[in-house]
Amino acid sequence: MFKSWLRNTTMATVLALTPLPSFAQDTPQQGGDIIVTYKDDIATLDPAIGYDWVNWSMIKSLYSRLMDYEPGTANLIPSLAETFGVSDDGLTYTFKLRKGVKFTNGREVVASDVKYSIERAVNPKTQGPGAGFFGSIKGYEDVTGGKTTTLEGIAAPDDSTVIFHLSRPDATFLHVLAINFASVVPHEAVEAAGGDFGKKPVGSGTFVLKDWTIGQHLVFERNPDYFVKNMPYIDKFTVEVGQEPLVALLRLQKGEVDIAGDGIPPAKFLEIKNSADGPKMIVDGQQLQTGYITLNTKVKPLDNLKVRQALNMAINKDRITRILNGRATAANQPLPPLMPGYDKSFTGYAYDVEKAKALLAEAGFPTGFETVLYSTNTDPQPRIAQAIQQDLAAVGVKAEVRALAQANVIAAGGTEGEAPMIWSGGMAWIADFPDPSNFYGPILGCSGAVPGGWNWSWYCNQDIDKRAVAADSMSDPAKVAERSATWGKIFTDIMADAPWIPLINERRVVAKSLRMGGADNIYIDPTRVINYDAIYVKQ
Amino acid sequence: MALLILRRLVQTALILLGVAAITFLLLYALPADPARMIAGRSATAQTVANIRRELGLDQPLLVQFWTYLQGIVHGDLGRSYAQKTDVGSLIAARIPATLLLMAAGILVEVVLGLTLGIIAALRRGGAVDRVVMMASFVGVSAPQFVVALLLLYVFAVMLGWFPMSGFGTPAHVVLPAATLGILGAGWYARMVRSAMIDVLNQDYVRTARAKGLSSARIILRHALPNAMLPIIAMIGIDIGQFMGGVVVVEAVYGWPGIGQLAWQAIQQVDIPIIMGVTLVSALAIVLGNLIADIIAPLIDPRIRAR
Amino acid sequence: MRVLKAMLRQPSALFGLIVVVVVVAMAIAAPLIAPYSPDNQMFDGLTLEGAPMPPSEQFLLGTDTLGRDLFSRLLFGARTSLVIGLVANGIAVAIGLFIGILSGYLRGFVGGLLMRFTDLMMAFPALLLAIVLAALLRPSLWIVAMVIALVNWVQVARIVYTETRGLVERDFILAERSLGAGHFRILFMHILPHLMPTAIVWGTLGIATTVLLEATLSFLGIGVQPPQPSWGNIIFESQSYFQAAPWLVFFPGAIILLTALSFNLVGDALRDILDPTQRGRG
Repeated sequence: MFKSWLRNTTMATVLALTPLPSFAQDTPQQGGDIIVTYKDDIATLDPAIGYDWVNWSMIKSLYSRLMDYEPGTANLIPSLAETFGVSDDGLTYTFKLRKGVKFTNGREVVASDVKYSIERAVNPKTQGPGAGFFGSIKGYEDVTGGKTTTLEGIAAPDDSTVIFHLSRPDATFLHVLAINFASVVPHEAVEAAGGDFGKKPVGSGTFVLKDWTIGQHLVFERNPDYFVKNMPYIDKFTVEVGQEPLVALLRLQKGEVDIAGDGIPPAKFLEIKNSADGPKMIVDGQQLQTGYITLNTKVKPLDNLKVRQALNMAINKDRITRILNGRATAANQPLPPLMPGYDKSFTGYAYDVEKAKALLAEAGFPTGFETVLYSTNTDPQPRIAQAIQQDLAAVGVKAEVRALAQANVIAAGGTEGEAPMIWSGGMAWIADFPDPSNFYGPILGCSGAVPGGWNWSWYCNQDIDKRAVAADSMSDPAKVAERSATWGKIFTDIMADAPWIPLINERRVVAKSLRMGGADNIYIDPTRVINYDAIYVKQ
Repeated sequence: MALLILRRLVQTALILLGVAAITFLLLYALPADPARMIAGRSATAQTVANIRRELGLDQPLLVQFWTYLQGIVHGDLGRSYAQKTDVGSLIAARIPATLLLMAAGILVEVVLGLTLGIIAALRRGGAVDRVVMMASFVGVSAPQFVVALLLLYVFAVMLGWFPMSGFGTPAHVVLPAATLGILGAGWYARMVRSAMIDVLNQDYVRTARAKGLSSARIILRHALPNAMLPIIAMIGIDIGQFMGGVVVVEAVYGWPGIGQLAWQAIQQVDIPIIMGVTLVSALAIVLGNLIADIIAPLIDPRIRAR
Repeated sequence: MRVLKAMLRQPSALFGLIVVVVVVAMAIAAPLIAPYSPDNQMFDGLTLEGAPMPPSEQFLLGTDTLGRDLFSRLLFGARTSLVIGLVANGIAVAIGLFIGILSGYLRGFVGGLLMRFTDLMMAFPALLLAIVLAALLRPSLWIVAMVIALVNWVQVARIVYTETRGLVERDFILAERSLGAGHFRILFMHILPHLMPTAIVWGTLGIATTVLLEATLSFLGIGVQPPQPSWGNIIFESQSYFQAAPWLVFFPGAIILLTALSFNLVGDALRDILDPTQRGRG
């Protein structure tokens, strides 16, 4: 009955356990204390609640999940699970847990902990943002509706077996079990923390939280009992918060800081890049991100397809990447290049002012029109919005820039008929997990085109929606490539309707001190930003 | 006296109630939806609705306000939406840093301002007066961000005398306090100078001078106490500004004060934290004014007479 | 005329006056002087790597991070900043003076009520007030001026209140009162003139703070919306470039400083000339 994945998965496990593959220039060393800085205080370390890109990677390292990724890649591997299998109909997943794994409070991790943790993430009382990811588990509606607190679809017949029953096939389910919301937590620690679990976390990950001085620093130390030998490499990392990115950079240059978590401010980028040690300090990598302008299909005259297509041709994307000092590449489709399903052969709408003007004239706007472009108000977003504004002016479209606080832009985007155009910078879509479906539902699907939603184009194509559902049901592992191609076609077909102007794929740039080792993709890990498990200090 | 204090306490409570009501009303009118902000990008409409219900945001405004007031009476400032932690403890964790920066900043301002102001008043019209007044103009005209970065760059990066950022040792407080002090001292210097000149020209001071009292005695006994009135009022204002958060200085020097907390909360529409910070700073300001009003008669006997 | 003559006799006041006149004239004549459009993002205004250009013959004061001519932007920015500085500060001082005098003089119930209202307004962190107003109102130049006035009047009122209270106790006021002078006469003939130094000090110093506050508001997104330039948002758009492109921070910073300084010098001279208790005493 079960199509066994044993062979594949053991292979993957072996890969993960061997010290990092050949891309590391020198062998990772054990030991070392490092300092990481961020501007904002850490909101919470509760895996059911934390959902920003800063705490995301810390939560990854504090807890473990049934599934995880090979460091630096998007390849799924079992983690807390030793083996797993999926039924032919794609509706039943069975996991065998690793034996002898312990929470840092000393108790062994058992199957019922997995069930408890996911139920906790779904329970409305938790007020967690991740409930929706578990929507395919049987009994999900009963829990979110408040009828019960236990998920009918999760069974723990013995201490080392967890069985999931799904209500529909879900090709992304293994990814779902690898996201932070599926982290396994001990119920007794959650209860003991009395609602403050986010400040007193207990897990079974590579690190343990030793100290948290609010507004100042957090100290993470290695978990000596972690179930993979020789993981992690560093002994300790201290996260200092409240540090202005510019100051963090100055401190890094002085050797006081090892990783400037917020990246390199534009003002410092060229200076560091062109300095002698620059290449060794800058980590520059692609991430699963696309920056776009939404064209509200429910606002005149953007409801006109020709107008939307014309605007797609009006933007000089190369100039924008230049304003960003080359830290981005021009985009032509919603998916970023690293995402499975990205169509290399697709060219999209090329920059062509004359053609754009002609299309606008055809649509009945030979002299253009007036509209409003929203943007967040943190640098460099208002500058990019002004660059867009100038390009639009060149085809006769007078766009008023409205640079507002992020919360207000999100509110305007989710209000029907409110925001004609929104530049997504600062809020751009970064994938929750490396699967193309993650770029559809909330931001381009009909389910997101509701008041308070994130589909700011208010684009809803029933036909595309049906194809998306079909693609997500292709859970047979043998059809992975076919499924990716199906998704890729969905996104390029969406571009025919032009609900977005895909603008750029921003690369993430991190600055690290000279003593830090590890390949670039460890610092810009596609699934966890900075991979604290895999970085190391060179001797 | 007891009656007077009681009356002021009641007034204080009323002001805080007014601040709470106005803030609550304004925040309620914000277009941004806190539930949406917590739920993040991938959340379904149902998740958002659930969060809204759990936070009590689906209740009418008056019910929400009443619940909030009941909490305050019991010393409970509510729980942060984003951090899911008791707001009181979040604020309490940052109060020491804020108070320290406030005290150090005001100290620098007052000492610098008083000294310069007195010198300028005594040398009125002279070269020293012009230089001091010019300096005070430059101080109050300089953008905070630029000055903070300049001090940081010169004294921490280039000279390495002080740590660049952080909190804990006396060395850490020097640069942030100096930034605030240098920028703020101009106000004090001008107020002191202007008040001193006023006083020095008054008949009783002239009489004192005519009687042959020494300049130092005149300044200490007559002029200074009068100049203290506007200074005390200025300190009251500064307490308000510092408690509301000196966001820029705190950000540049990584100072873990209330300003950083408030700024982050405003970005996230974390209403309980915004409310908490507003009320705490309101309380500080009201107390500052209260103290100023109590001290004023002690310094200037003519006010006491009434 | 007497005032003007007196001012012309003081070198520092003359200097201030000249700068103020020049700045105002350049702001008015901006379209005639500016070599480029302030909003034009020129392709050759950035280096190949996307860095702003330093001052040169082509761009007198260099370009900003979008490749716009800084000199042209500063000229047009002067218009915005001056309008906000004058309007916002004028309103703030007028309100502050009015409320401060009334509450300081009347005391009693009305005075107490006014002062408690001032306390209440003062208890609001300016930042929060500004952001909330930004969310409720559509950001524009006039809204920014209003917000600044709403935030600034409270401080003036508090100072004026304290000084009025001191004045009311003074012998000459008591003497006036015992002679049977009316409230109106005491307020306007005796108290108000004594408050003029304070009003002038705040009115002049306030212009500098107003320009800086406008910058902060621009930074928070409630300020003048891009691409309309103001001195504040020019600095704030480029604040982190103080090392990489110092001209972007230094030139606008110097101009703000110079302008504020000049308003201060003029105000200071006015104070010496206008203040009745000062006149003739040097």
